[in-house]
Amino acid sequence: MKAAPLLVLLLVPASLALAIAFGSVDLGPAALADALLGRGDEIAREIVWGVRAPRALAAFACGGLLALAGSLLQVLLRNPLADPAILGVSGGAAAGALAAMLLGAAAAGVNLAALAGAALAAAAVFTFSLGRSGWNPYRVLLTGVALASGFGALVGLMLAIAPSSQVQGMLFWLLGDLSPAGDPTAALAVLAACAGLAFSQSGPLDVLVLGEDKARSLGVAVTRLQAIAFGCATLATVAAVLLGGAIGFVGLVVPHLLRLSGVHRHAALLPLAACLGGGLLVLADTLARTVAAPAELPVGVLTAMIGVPVLLVLLVRLR
Amino acid sequence: MLEATGLALSAGGRELVRGLDLSLAPGQCWALLGRNGAGKTSLILALAGLRPPRSGAIALDGVPLAAMRRRDLARRVSVLLQDEDSDFWGSVLDYVMLGRYPGSRSVSSTRVWGRDEEGLARARGLLAELDLAEREAQAYRTLSGGERQRARIAQVLVQDADIVLLDEPLQHLDLRHQAQVMRTLAARAAGGKTVLAALHEPAHAARHCGFSVLLYDAGRASLGRSSDMLIQANLEALYRCRLEAGAWSPLPS
Repeated sequence: MKAAPLLVLLLVPASLALAIAFGSVDLGPAALADALLGRGDEIAREIVWGVRAPRALAAFACGGLLALAGSLLQVLLRNPLADPAILGVSGGAAAGALAAMLLGAAAAGVNLAALAGAALAAAAVFTFSLGRSGWNPYRVLLTGVALASGFGALVGLMLAIAPSSQVQGMLFWLLGDLSPAGDPTAALAVLAACAGLAFSQSGPLDVLVLGEDKARSLGVAVTRLQAIAFGCATLATVAAVLLGGAIGFVGLVVPHLLRLSGVHRHAALLPLAACLGGGLLVLADTLARTVAAPAELPVGVLTAMIGVPVLLVLLVRLR
Repeated sequence: MLEATGLALSAGGRELVRGLDLSLAPGQCWALLGRNGAGKTSLILALAGLRPPRSGAIALDGVPLAAMRRRDLARRVSVLLQDEDSDFWGSVLDYVMLGRYPGSRSVSSTRVWGRDEEGLARARGLLAELDLAEREAQAYRTLSGGERQRARIAQVLVQDADIVLLDEPLQHLDLRHQAQVMRTLAARAAGGKTVLAALHEPAHAARHCGFSVLLYDAGRASLGRSSDMLIQANLEALYRCRLEAGAWSPLPS
């Protein structure tokens, strides 16, 4: 299936074009073309360049970060079920964000609290994952799952005691929502940095698939590689969660979609995962904005609605 | 020359090897024999620099293993581990070519596959030698247990290290392929490599390995020429069972 990489690369411009072309306001082809070229109606230009383009790029960065983190965690933890939520980072961020909402904080305060929660969770996973014999994937998984459950309970508690006027905002945060994403520049920079760093380790990551001892015997500095990849995955997850809340499924399913399509070398898998995750989230977010316009759906609901059938179809076809 | 002096190994609080002196010279093929749990795997992991011994020194051409960089060690010593439950998605040839990683130019090199023509030729040669030539393009995941084992051996040999350590290279293999792998290993030793393989069949050791290490209980070990070591009294003490003289199964040539 050599077509898969090409399709993924075509998805990026196609998804961005769709995201810019469609929205709650129907601009029409002529006005759209004018606005893209910086001519014509000022409102149309503002819609295209001030609203839709940054939102599309934010969605791309968020999806790319999640898929990159998922790809790294799946090889690092040698577990096909690993996804960014398994680090407990999303849970920590959600607990922080909801606590801030409950206390009536403004958007900036909510983001700050989410960052604090994510950092706390990441630090806890790092600390508790170090066994006597160094870093241990099973401890990471168990620590992450335990932390995620704990944060989940906190989140449930806050939803239960929150006044009903706040609950919808909280639910959108929990399901993943890109409407408050704002300027995507920083997220795109984090995506580029993480993707570059991960790509530089793609050779050793290929070898790590054989197991830690075998990788060591082939000359890989395994502990250092694990630290780099784990740090990279954590940073990517934190950035994605701050941008779009707890958007699920992208990080889990994108690496599998690529592997099932015959892409397994990390030199190809990592960049393609970033592109595919980004492109899919742009599409999902475009749907979220337009399906029930002028209302918006939480994009996390749509990622699952698209991702689940796609993965199942691929699994059936390749059985 | 890989040398261990005063080596002591333990696992799970149990003493496995005590005061072992072992030197593996180029051109020698060593068999490592012992009951289950005698410490064969622990010895191989220590000799490969993957587990520090409880005490004692291991040196490669006079340089302690602990002082060597992983990458430099990997260019000199290759090891077949007993269990690798790898979730490898590529082809058999891709799998074997991972053994070329230590020779690739930089740590960040992604050219594990592709331009290494010499490596590809060696990998294909090994696959042919191990009856896997027709499986080259097949997905590694779809191989049988014995075929996987031969692909893993090919991966270890394509590394082209001076010293080849193998933990139970014959596991999962049928009789024909057991003999084939032993011939392949003996040929590497005859070509100047150092080979040490943990084996369970003394007949293979007697036929293909000039030297044997016997790991007895309670940390005791003896080593020397296979013709001196693999005698009935030693083997009965080693495996703690009676052996019927002359009843060893015949092996394919």
